[in-house]
Amino acid sequence: MGTFAFKMPDIGEGVVEGEVVEWMVAVGDIVKEDDPILSVMTDKATVEIPSPVDGKVTRVVGEAGDTLPVGVVCIEFEVEGDGNAASSSDAPTPAPEPKAESKPAPEPKAESKPAPVPEPKAEAVTAAPAVQRAAGTKALSSPAVRQRARQANIDLNLVAGSGPAGRISHADLDAHIAGGASGASRARPMGSSARTELNGTEEIKVIGLRRKIAEGMVASYTTIPHFSYFEEVDVTVLEELRQHLNATRPEGAPKLTYLPFIMMALVKALGEQPECNAVYDDESNVVTRHQAINLGIATQTDRGLFVPVVQHVEAMDIWQSAEEMTRVTSATRDGKATAEDLSGSTFTITSLGRLGGLGATPIINKPEVGILGVHNAKDRAVVIDGNIVIRRMMNLSSSWDHRVVDGHNGATLVQLVKSYLEHPATIFM
Amino acid sequence: MQTKKCQVLVIGAGPGGYVAAIRAGQLGLSTIIVEGEKAGGTCLIRGCIPSKALIHAAHQFHKLSKHASNDGHMGISIPGPAELNMSNLVSWKEGIVTRLNKGVEHLLKNAGAELVIGWAEFQDAKTVKVGEGKDAIIIQAEHVVLANGSVPIELPFMPYDENVISSREALSLEELPKHVAIVGGGYIGLELGITFRMLGSEVTVVEAMDSVLPIFDKELRRPLEISIKKQKIKTHLGVFAKGVEKAKDGRTQLNFIDKNEKDESKMQNVIVDKVLVTVGRKPNSASLAPTGVALDERGFVKVNDRCETNMRGVYAIGDVCDSGEMLAHVASFQGEMVAEIIAGHKRAYDPVAVPAIVFTEPEIVSVGLSPEEAKAAGHPVIIGKFPLGANGRALTQEAEKSAGFIRVCAREDDHRILGIQGVGTHISELVGEWTLALEMGALLEDIAGTIHAHPTMTEMTHEAVLATLGHAIHSA
Repeated sequence: MGTFAFKMPDIGEGVVEGEVVEWMVAVGDIVKEDDPILSVMTDKATVEIPSPVDGKVTRVVGEAGDTLPVGVVCIEFEVEGDGNAASSSDAPTPAPEPKAESKPAPEPKAESKPAPVPEPKAEAVTAAPAVQRAAGTKALSSPAVRQRARQANIDLNLVAGSGPAGRISHADLDAHIAGGASGASRARPMGSSARTELNGTEEIKVIGLRRKIAEGMVASYTTIPHFSYFEEVDVTVLEELRQHLNATRPEGAPKLTYLPFIMMALVKALGEQPECNAVYDDESNVVTRHQAINLGIATQTDRGLFVPVVQHVEAMDIWQSAEEMTRVTSATRDGKATAEDLSGSTFTITSLGRLGGLGATPIINKPEVGILGVHNAKDRAVVIDGNIVIRRMMNLSSSWDHRVVDGHNGATLVQLVKSYLEHPATIFM
Repeated sequence: MQTKKCQVLVIGAGPGGYVAAIRAGQLGLSTIIVEGEKAGGTCLIRGCIPSKALIHAAHQFHKLSKHASNDGHMGISIPGPAELNMSNLVSWKEGIVTRLNKGVEHLLKNAGAELVIGWAEFQDAKTVKVGEGKDAIIIQAEHVVLANGSVPIELPFMPYDENVISSREALSLEELPKHVAIVGGGYIGLELGITFRMLGSEVTVVEAMDSVLPIFDKELRRPLEISIKKQKIKTHLGVFAKGVEKAKDGRTQLNFIDKNEKDESKMQNVIVDKVLVTVGRKPNSASLAPTGVALDERGFVKVNDRCETNMRGVYAIGDVCDSGEMLAHVASFQGEMVAEIIAGHKRAYDPVAVPAIVFTEPEIVSVGLSPEEAKAAGHPVIIGKFPLGANGRALTQEAEKSAGFIRVCAREDDHRILGIQGVGTHISELVGEWTLALEMGALLEDIAGTIHAHPTMTEMTHEAVLATLGHAIHSA
């Protein structure tokens, strides 16, 4: 019997560390050679590492979210024969020192556990614990307490009563007010006995793609001074055109949403404002303007946010752009997007779809210099020539890297897009 | 023509309006109150107070007649039957009314509110004209409080005249009618009917519903129904009054018929001296059209829980508005509230319970939910009762003779009190504690843990609560 120590392998060119996504084995498991034992994520990809030997797992190093440098021992097996190392119990292999940022605290794995009940300030004022009011009954309190609550705009149904049957005293009201703005949520829910207080918490490690997203967002938001700009667009005419095109579309062609029109309008607008279609390398201080218009389409998936790219939209007609957009976003959602599908964008569109909204401040997909947010179109009352008329309106949000795009240019780009969308024939001229 | 301006203009000086005006004056608002007749309104002048005066007199007369019977009563006997001079009785009552009326005028003056006598004619929601010609006054206000009150409903097929009268006339009869027919066995009809009976009239009640006082539950009505029978008041239930005609002897014949009877030949009648129509009251809102305030289909001014109408700065309180019961104490509460709202306070009409009292013999009192209402509202209910017959103080003032009781209704799980009702002689004065208990959110244990003075009738409240908890002391 011997011990086989397995080191974190070199899993790709230039990769110096990997983040543990999942250990598929645990101490005590019997594994066969080539059974998957570990899933690690690198800058480029997530890789499954197979077992190098047959044996019994005696030790694993690191847990989900930890970063393992290439070359450190990450797992030990008890194997037939001599193995390749002394048992760690005899001569312990120094465990890799995880980077501080990757392991902030020796916390247990993500799981629900009862958190210690926070001590509300109210306890100091009202010694008696709040009593649950009978279901479906009104808050119980005296006229003086009710009047005080009305004066202070407090809904007594949200105040915890410490008296018998949940009766609310002046002291309870004091405690509620002392709780401040969060007092209402801190107070026990009083409406119904079917609602019980929940104190559990769940810790979810920010690892893998989620961490990549987090890092990307921080990199963008901490280095780029964002300038956001909003505009509304009258898409009444565009809507007519869209309906018409959909009704008469060629066989096999995808149904058009607003996005392909916006993409085509962007092709024209970005052509006129080339400083907006660029990437900025802020370490070497070079802005690279692109002739190609490769539009990233922010796409929500089960795994998190991705930005698949429709390449060379400038070379497409509206049907092609719609088709390619559908292809790359579907592939991304299904996890089948290629590396090429996911890289090379020069500008990004983020559409909240049905979530619509009035406005947003999108975060730039660094190293790009601009991003356009699209909100849902809806009928609104609009004043035209002194009359209120109903028009189909859509809001656009945009953010710009103010280091290299002046407000004037960003705003001009949005105004161009607006102009094209409001006069859709000009998109195609 | 004189023009006056004020911050608050109150229309109607009844228990809602005069309270609103006094409170507005106290709060430093320049206030004018316009009243068409006398300060005090229906309550003081032709309702609550005069009827209670007559009821008291009737009890007095009734007692004297007991003492005048052969062997006397309680060992007290007086020679000869007591004699009633109706005209003097009405004067005595008027004395009380006048005193209260002057009292209200004095209070208004002290609070700095100006009383203008005359009928207010609206020009718009914030402007009224009082009086005619060159004596007319125009009053312009920033805020207007409509406290127009209500008037007795008149039956179209038997309009009011000398012998078909409303409660208002019934309280000022110079001569006791030998026989009175009461159309409508609600609380006003029964209070007056029993009063006339005690004073010596023969009384016949004609009621369309299948019981008198249908707003109260059967258990609560029972002692009153027995008492009515004992007092030999005739009741015709489930019949419709059909009209009046002149009888051969010159008196008034009231025709009525079973409500399910189609055959007019089955018409019944009773020949009486006066027909008192007490079929309800309606909001006095006919004159409000120029204000633009919205009325509901029954004519009540629509208001929210702050008594605000659809017109900004125009409020309506009391009987004329659609909030709360048509009761004087509701109007007063709303009047005080509206004055404070105008002064910038945050108020709302949100009572837990509004007490209702019927001053019949025996009296019926209710506050909060009856057991049936509580069950219908989904409460798990426990009930306890205590009879007047087991209370010492009730016995010493012969209050137990009416077979009355107090009934408490509470939630089974947390013991919060949901409602208290009672029926019996002298029971109305107990309602203060009951209402306070409900407003304070009292549990059964709160009243159980309160020492109630002995010997008083309030001990019955304590005992009824103990009975609800399952351990009354003075009840088997």
